[in-house]
Amino acid sequence: MSNTDFVLAIEDLTVSFDGFKAIDSLNLYVDRGELRVVIGPNGAGKTTLLDLICGKTKASAGSIKFKNMEMTRLSEHMIVRSGIGRKFQTPSIYENLSVFKNLEVSFPRGRGVLGALAFKCDAEVSAKVNEIAETIGLLERLELEAGLLSHGQKQWLEIGMLLMQDPELLMLDEPIAGMSARERELTADLLNRICQNRSVIVIEHDMEFVSRIAHKVTVMHQGKILAEGSMDKVQSDPRVIDVYLGH
Amino acid sequence: MDAFKNRLARSGLGSILILAVLLLVVFPLAMDAFRLNLVGKYLTYGFVAIGLVMLWGYGGVLSLGQGVFFGLGGYAMAMFLKLEASDPESTKIQSTPGIPDFMDWNQITELPWWWEPFNSLPFALFAVIAAPTLLAFIISYAMFKRRVGGVYFAIITQAVALIMTVLIIGQQGYTGGVNGMTDLKTLLGWDIRTDEAKFILYFVNAGLLIAAILLCRWIQLSKLGTLLLAMRDKEDRVRFSGYDVSMFKVFAFCLAAALSAIGGAMFTLQVGFMSPSFVGIVPSIEMVIFAAVGGRMSLVGAVYGALLVNFGRTYFSESFPELWLFLMSALFIGVVMAFPNGLAGLYESHVKPRLTRRPKEVAATTPGGPPPARPGIARAGSEPAHAPAAVNLRGKVGGQTA
Repeated sequence: MSNTDFVLAIEDLTVSFDGFKAIDSLNLYVDRGELRVVIGPNGAGKTTLLDLICGKTKASAGSIKFKNMEMTRLSEHMIVRSGIGRKFQTPSIYENLSVFKNLEVSFPRGRGVLGALAFKCDAEVSAKVNEIAETIGLLERLELEAGLLSHGQKQWLEIGMLLMQDPELLMLDEPIAGMSARERELTADLLNRICQNRSVIVIEHDMEFVSRIAHKVTVMHQGKILAEGSMDKVQSDPRVIDVYLGH
Repeated sequence: MDAFKNRLARSGLGSILILAVLLLVVFPLAMDAFRLNLVGKYLTYGFVAIGLVMLWGYGGVLSLGQGVFFGLGGYAMAMFLKLEASDPESTKIQSTPGIPDFMDWNQITELPWWWEPFNSLPFALFAVIAAPTLLAFIISYAMFKRRVGGVYFAIITQAVALIMTVLIIGQQGYTGGVNGMTDLKTLLGWDIRTDEAKFILYFVNAGLLIAAILLCRWIQLSKLGTLLLAMRDKEDRVRFSGYDVSMFKVFAFCLAAALSAIGGAMFTLQVGFMSPSFVGIVPSIEMVIFAAVGGRMSLVGAVYGALLVNFGRTYFSESFPELWLFLMSALFIGVVMAFPNGLAGLYESHVKPRLTRRPKEVAATTPGGPPPARPGIARAGSEPAHAPAAVNLRGKVGGQTA
């Protein structure tokens, strides 16, 4: 297809593992500034979809266009550099480094070997670290070793590490898994704040949480899209009730 | 003053200074020429050991083939010295005077073309670093770009060590074979076999080693050092933060190779020969043991490890030669099982807390208030078994182990 205004345009995307099609000719379009939630039963291919977008898994066929640039042939780090950030399901942070260092290392400068040798933590970097730390509510914890954070704080830290890079598309895989009720509320606030100037894709199971953050919901089933639209529309769709929500 | 002290502690310069005084002042005053030369020989393994700290400790990449790079550096140096020792005058009894003796014994009548450049000292010195680094680059680029890592990479480095030994022994007309290159005499006319020369070479060697430690320490404190640690723990997170992880591993491998090569060249100069017995699998594994015993997270510790294990070898192999290999293996197993962070780790966890009341610890926790109120929850997300390890590593990440 020709160029679009969508920040992300996925067309006819297919990936098969030994003949099993985890994603089957899938089409998905995400607008600028949109917060899209992807739901669906286990094994529907949600995480695989994120893996394909960020390059962790290579597509068998189809195209993934980010800002009209083809991503399927780029290596992982080049995809990140073009503006796609990915948060993993389990908190993936550098446990032995301080919160400050975790954020500092994620700053998008000095990404080559020589650049990393010459990198200096100047005023610009520490200002950015402080700004992000405030956004994720860890300003008071900057000097703490990241491994000592609570589970929820680790999840926020990883989101913060992505925000350091100012990605135009942020992908979060089950960000509230294992969080307390209070932490869920804070996370919903955080997501609503950070999607102000970027697109966000969230995979989530908790319907109450989904309804609080989603602009639009995509329901996946067996590697295909079953339904798409507003929360109300999706929730009343009989097919969705059948395979996922239950009667 | 306090700020200065903190900075000193963080940079680890204190322990490097102590090592420098020990190597450059105490040892030369306390030892005779023979013992000092022996220490100098051990210190050449220190180069390999600090390379392994960067590669294995920081980068998380275990190489069991560092002997290859040690050997290549040593051979590059030996080729220059051998050519200088093979002038037509002193080799006039050979059927072809003016070429190294082992070539003559193997019916080679002309200096091979790739030996020619080694008539020049600048070229030889360049080759000491460049040849091993280039080989390291080719091996590691091919492997890391294909995401070969861990045990598989270690096995490949072993294979390279084996290939290199077979090659050197098999091509004895060009390499001196199993005997290696012997009878090295002078460096630009300066006799390296005298006590005085050995004394000077000891200082050159120790000075280079301290410089290499400072360079590695600087790298550890740079963002690259942080990235190496980060990669070791969460490689995917680093990759999906926009870094080409493989190139950082390639860098660490090349750095370790270049350092080993400097060690090898200094070995040749101080010991007066180079042979395949420093290249193969066994010496390569011994080199890993030096770093493991000293502490693979600590540059200074690795040097002490190299010194201690080699002293042990000299002492034991004089008294009970047949027991040495068993003792060495027992030492390695013991270290890995009982204190995985080596001597430096023992020092960090047992000696240091008694010496200082750790003012840094207090300073670090006060601004954030007490650590998370619900440690139970904090642990719930991660495997509990990892938690003590994470705490253990704290000092290392703060950079206090240098």
